[in-house]
Amino acid sequence: MTSRQTFFEDRPGLAWAVWGILAALVTVPVVVALNSPWLPGRNPAYVMAGLAGILGLAMLLFQPLLAAGYLPGPGPLLARWLHRALGVGIVVAVLLHVAGLYVTSPPDTVDALLLVSPTPFSVYVVTAFWGVIVTAALVAARRRLGWRASTWRVVHNALAAMVVGSTVVHALLIEGTMGPVSKQILCAAVVVATAATLVHLRLVRPWRMRRRRSRDV
Amino acid sequence: MGSEFITRRSLVTGAAALGGMALIGEGVTGLVRPAVAAGGLRPTRTMRGGSNNYRPNAPLVDRLGSGFHVHGTVRQAGGGEPLSNVRIQIWAATTRGGEREPSNHGSVMTAADGSFVLEMDQIVPNFGQPHAHLAYDDGRFETVFLRPVMGSASDTSVRADFVLAPV
Repeated sequence: MTSRQTFFEDRPGLAWAVWGILAALVTVPVVVALNSPWLPGRNPAYVMAGLAGILGLAMLLFQPLLAAGYLPGPGPLLARWLHRALGVGIVVAVLLHVAGLYVTSPPDTVDALLLVSPTPFSVYVVTAFWGVIVTAALVAARRRLGWRASTWRVVHNALAAMVVGSTVVHALLIEGTMGPVSKQILCAAVVVATAATLVHLRLVRPWRMRRRRSRDV
Repeated sequence: MGSEFITRRSLVTGAAALGGMALIGEGVTGLVRPAVAAGGLRPTRTMRGGSNNYRPNAPLVDRLGSGFHVHGTVRQAGGGEPLSNVRIQIWAATTRGGEREPSNHGSVMTAADGSFVLEMDQIVPNFGQPHAHLAYDDGRFETVFLRPVMGSASDTSVRADFVLAPV
């Protein structure tokens, strides 16, 4: 931990660059979407639903980085608090997304959730939706469940990977207000951040620790 | 409907299968099987989601807007004779509003050659796909709801053909 903190403290320019890139990855897609030619024909609920979807996708970018403590600035406690706050934010975004779509067109929304929609992406919609709901339920019941930390990690990480994968495929397959280029870049960033974190935390670090321990013995 | 659910579920096995379904969904004519040995032209089947946001008896209109054309033909199952003076109801999400916007709903009658066309405002993607809705729902023939998807959101027309079976 301390080595990572000093890493960015020794390189303030790099810390600024990291936050600048993250800010651009989030704000550019939102600004592009707010200028979409399709917005004028949409009712306020539909506009809100689309925006909630984009913000939900953007929040997924920060979750692995906060969980792993990669980001320059927040210490471990603040990073953990932010991870939880964004988790709540993702749940709220998903609920606003679905609610806004339901107000816009109840039959299309129900079809999508029941997997009888004609659109080829509804299976990813449903996977992402239930992935988020189950994750939130497990977080709320974590103490009562009393799982071992290792069990929790496996389940929480598997759900996270599932949510990220299905959300990104859903986002890429639909034609909505997001611009295609900024959408692809944000989706790629979310996938890379999630995959890199999982590989580092669950494969590389345990393997290194095991090697260090065997060397010490 | 029940069998459709099962078909859907069993098809939802992966991205490849889903991609294939998208391709089938894009070609309206793909639903009319060309190789029917006996019995001639098969009736068009209702498409999944075709009746979403349907409001029966959309008013007969000359046009609903400008710049985009929804067109097609109506023929009778079996012999394929063109059906004239048949009412086709059309609705879609356009630049003026969503599928529930009343001024996005209109009906047209087929001409002597069974063709129909309705000019409306540009259709825009709705729920992730740019598509139109068309209905034949007047009782003389079996009811059919179509939901053709445009190849591109910048297309300025979309085609849907009906083959209707007498009740």
